[in-house]
Amino acid sequence: MHFADGVIPEEYRRYTSLKAGFVAALLVALAGCLVVSISLGAADIPLLDVARSLLGLSESQRFDIIIWNIRLPQALASIAAGAGLAVAGVVMQSILRNPLGAPITLGISHAAAFGAAFSVMVLGSGVMASSNVGAVTITSPVMTTGSAFVFTVLTSGLIVLVSRARGATPEAMVLTGVALNALFTAGTMFLQFFADDMQLAAMVFWTFGDTARASWSELGLIAGVTVVASAYFLMNGWNYNAMDAGDETAKGLGVRVERVRIVGMLVASLLTAVIISFLGIIGFVGLVVPHMVRWLIGSDHRFLLPASILGGGVLLLVADTAARLMLAPHVLPVSVLTAFTGAPVFIALIIKGKRI
Amino acid sequence: MILDVQGLGFSYNSHPVLDGVTFQVKPGELTAILGPNGVGKTTLLKCINAIHSPSGGAVLVEGRNVLRMRPKDIALNIGYVAQRSETARFTVFDAVLMGRKPRITWRVSNEDLKITESALRRLGLDKLALRFIDQLSGGELQKVAVARALVQEPRLLLLDEPTSSLDLKNQMDILRMIRRVVDEHRIGAVMTMHDLNTALRFAHRFLFLRQGKIHAAGRVSSVTPDMVHEVYGLPVEVCTVQGHPVVVPLA
Repeated sequence: MHFADGVIPEEYRRYTSLKAGFVAALLVALAGCLVVSISLGAADIPLLDVARSLLGLSESQRFDIIIWNIRLPQALASIAAGAGLAVAGVVMQSILRNPLGAPITLGISHAAAFGAAFSVMVLGSGVMASSNVGAVTITSPVMTTGSAFVFTVLTSGLIVLVSRARGATPEAMVLTGVALNALFTAGTMFLQFFADDMQLAAMVFWTFGDTARASWSELGLIAGVTVVASAYFLMNGWNYNAMDAGDETAKGLGVRVERVRIVGMLVASLLTAVIISFLGIIGFVGLVVPHMVRWLIGSDHRFLLPASILGGGVLLLVADTAARLMLAPHVLPVSVLTAFTGAPVFIALIIKGKRI
Repeated sequence: MILDVQGLGFSYNSHPVLDGVTFQVKPGELTAILGPNGVGKTTLLKCINAIHSPSGGAVLVEGRNVLRMRPKDIALNIGYVAQRSETARFTVFDAVLMGRKPRITWRVSNEDLKITESALRRLGLDKLALRFIDQLSGGELQKVAVARALVQEPRLLLLDEPTSSLDLKNQMDILRMIRRVVDEHRIGAVMTMHDLNTALRFAHRFLFLRQGKIHAAGRVSSVTPDMVHEVYGLPVEVCTVQGHPVVVPLA
């Protein structure tokens, strides 16, 4: 067909450069927040020393120990988890065509909590008093994490299986998720009802999302999975764009809608499962960040995905740093802070935005 | 021959919807599929596009069997405008640019942008290029859907009720545009439509569906009152106004 008389509209060029600039600004902000976050804490470290230590030019062994053993892993865990949860949220909302698509609304988070509770109670990964971490600790984190992971994977598998039987429609996925959410909440309550004081404390403690839990090797796993999953999502950006225009339009554009939806759901669930199993439940990042970014720059996944990845990293890193400092010397679980700030932001977006 | 539909059948839960549908569309021909609600017009379009898998028969587009083509190849040959399209926070420009998706591997080329701009201008959407589509009226959204299918540069255009949410002027604008594209670029087009008079005014040929079969087909000038009566169960008169057949219900 001859649409040969077209010209590239300057306005559109400007508009896309603006969006690309936003993504670049987030990258700079993320780097800045990382250095500042590392410098802040019980012992303040000057920014210059943080930079020196990160570049391997440090002169202070004390700073090195604080930075490399405590603050850097926690900061990187926040970034990786924030990025992963946010990108999983974007994809779930898009492929489910539902603004409520997020691990916490689809039963995935609650499945993890149930898995952890199950491990504490039935598998006896048990508890004992400990003075250093708020009086409770989980004696076998590997088993607890493993159990949480198994249940999250089972949940996402079940969501995908049931929806496949119904032609992989978004409705089937969301409704299955809601049902499983209720099921696992009830299951956790059942276990909690029969738990003794210490077990109950351990179960509740586990659900507090905490980025300090990750060691370097666990961090490597979380970051690796986040990078691979994000790369997969970025490659499918155009498919998600097409699916936003409706399943039939997407099919008309050559998208294998059912396959993209099922694989996307599976990858997003696995990504969330890995993050939640290691760090506990961190709500609202996966729900709020995509909506904030979408409100700012629109739904075009070419920009929405990278901006949400970076935005999620920034948000959770800032929240985590604030949670460490706010009530010092006490450390607030970051999940409490994300929910406290996330809920009002979310409501504001609903009121301001014409459409979430 | 652009489109050759041979003995197409489709069943939904073992309930037959289409049975032995056979017709052809030549280059530069716009065919209107007509018939009462629920007769299978939309289903027929979806079978042609392989969104539905037919239970029998074959669909050839320029001699190639659609059912054996990869989805991307189908999208390179057939543009499809669905009856309903969803909105999201996309600019009009990006929503239309999406029609280039089958041709975009990673980066959007300058050619993609130029074609999109040209299509927007032809449909009078250029002023709205940076408006979000969730702020558009139903008619504007419909134009976006048509523009998206046009930038696909298909050999065959399938339109499911392309004017259902448009006012009179917009109906005329969009069908004139479609007709011009069909005439100038010698592509084939098939559209479903409820408004008989609009269909008969812009299409070259018509095809009446009744109980899953083709009841009558031909050039629009050959429509008779009996055909309409048999298909819709309503006595009508067919007059000619300004050279176009016009169906007037008698009851």
